Amino acid sequence: MNTVKLVAVFAENRPGQTARITETLARASINIRCITVASSGAFGVMKLLVNDPDLACQALKREGFAATLMDVIAVEMSDKPGALHTVADCLAAHDINLANTSGFAANNRAILVIEVQDPAQAGGILKEHGFHILTQQEALTV
Amino acid sequence: MFWHQETETLARPALEALQLKRLQETLRRLERVPFYRGKFSETGLQPDQIKSAADMPRLPFTTAADLRENYPDKLLAVSREEVLRLHTSSGTTGKPKALFFSRRDVDNAAELIARALCMTGVTRRDVFQNMMSYGLFTGGLVMHYGAEKVGCMVIPAGPGTSERQLLLMQDFRTTVIHILPSYALYFADFLEKKGVDPRKSLALRKAFVGAEPHTEETRRNIEAALGIDVYNSYGLTEMNGPGVAFECEGKCGMHVWEDNFVLEIINPATGEPVEDGKTGELVLTSINREAMPLLRYRTRDLTSIIPGPCACGRTHRRIHRITGRSDDMLIVRGVNIFPQQIERVLMAMPQIGRNYVIQLEGLDDMTVKVELSPAAFDGEVGHLTELQNQVAEKLRAELWIRPKVDLVASGSLPVAEGKAKRVIDKRSL
Repeated sequence: MNTVKLVAVFAENRPGQTARITETLARASINIRCITVASSGAFGVMKLLVNDPDLACQALKREGFAATLMDVIAVEMSDKPGALHTVADCLAAHDINLANTSGFAANNRAILVIEVQDPAQAGGILKEHGFHILTQQEALTV
Repeated sequence: MFWHQETETLARPALEALQLKRLQETLRRLERVPFYRGKFSETGLQPDQIKSAADMPRLPFTTAADLRENYPDKLLAVSREEVLRLHTSSGTTGKPKALFFSRRDVDNAAELIARALCMTGVTRRDVFQNMMSYGLFTGGLVMHYGAEKVGCMVIPAGPGTSERQLLLMQDFRTTVIHILPSYALYFADFLEKKGVDPRKSLALRKAFVGAEPHTEETRRNIEAALGIDVYNSYGLTEMNGPGVAFECEGKCGMHVWEDNFVLEIINPATGEPVEDGKTGELVLTSINREAMPLLRYRTRDLTSIIPGPCACGRTHRRIHRITGRSDDMLIVRGVNIFPQQIERVLMAMPQIGRNYVIQLEGLDDMTVKVELSPAAFDGEVGHLTELQNQVAEKLRAELWIRPKVDLVASGSLPVAEGKAKRVIDKRSL
């Protein structure tokens, strides 16, 4: 099953923390394609879709950040009303819980990035229902 | 291994007779000091009325405040020409405390360190890197002289940049270090980040840690991280600095050199002696110092005497690691809390780093900041909030109040170069 690797990094919730992370990635010539931040009180977790996740993760760890790679699935939808609902409905019908979800639309394409407990299973189900699951390379060239 | 086997294994009656002889000499010396002369005449006490250690409670205490009031040199028991060296304590408030050494005192302090190093197997073949601050702090020079007495090659590195410490260790094949426990933990992290495996690329085999109270878990963490043996030590400027008590190879308590110090444990509130095994305030009398002996000095360090003999054969009694200072106890919401209790909880949780800060603010709000271990991070915010709750719950079980816990990034809490500053009190009480 196609999965996409995201880089997750721990950051304290105070001014300048994002800048420290982006500086590290800029120095390593990492291109960021998509970013989300989930914050919880004193800290947050930043998740990034980047051109070279292994290199980005190493660069962050070298700078002392707590960073890790996560497998998620990226589903392509049509860029029109109700498209997201068809994906959500399909997963609900199979009793699959969505953890963190984000999405973006560009160049007339709409991509939904979802974290689920078992990416292979969720990806398989979506594929059976005719959805296109992106490879890492495809996700980076939207 | 013994540096001076006869003294170190002296039978108790002979050791106690030696103590008494030296105590009486010290009392005669102290009659030259107006402060003590005043105290003796107040009570009508004559030095020869002290016939055994059981008479100690008849003698007056000396406190940190007495040292400050008599600053700079009013407690000096010899003439100025006989003084070879001055050290002062790392006083946190107001005037420092000054301590003078005669030539014999300098040599004798080194002798006590030599005994301590030798009993853990340090020899003249060792390379001793002293990572404590030099200057007025005794942890630098006093330890330095002791290691030289053993015949080690001593590297007076002082504290400071970890890059330079590592370079010295690599280039000169350092085998023994003297280091603050908080810095040892930080240095282990530094090596990990550099990708240096101390077991493979360094020759380290022992560390002597002291000058900060720390827990058994901290010792084990340092030992595991650096692949070495870590020995606890106890000392204070007022009693020569390091060298009052050190661990032998058994690592089960620190032997107090009782031929040099009379050891008492008292109830800090009443001043009454407590029985062996019970925790109380350590009170020390220096009985083998010339320039500035002190009588029944209230160290404010809390410990207990470990009853019974030690397997190493030394007859000098052992004290437990310091469990706190009678004056660094915090009172939060009416509960007595020692920072060491918090340290003990945190050190037992691998998901949490080694450094921490206790912050008190508002009317009695306690926040404990802890560092997330990078290895424990899996990208899930939910797991992090769960971890925060878990830490808070374990602290509640230990302290009986539930602090707020903030998870912060590894390496973001300050590492003090001197004694670690763990408590920030900004309360508006």
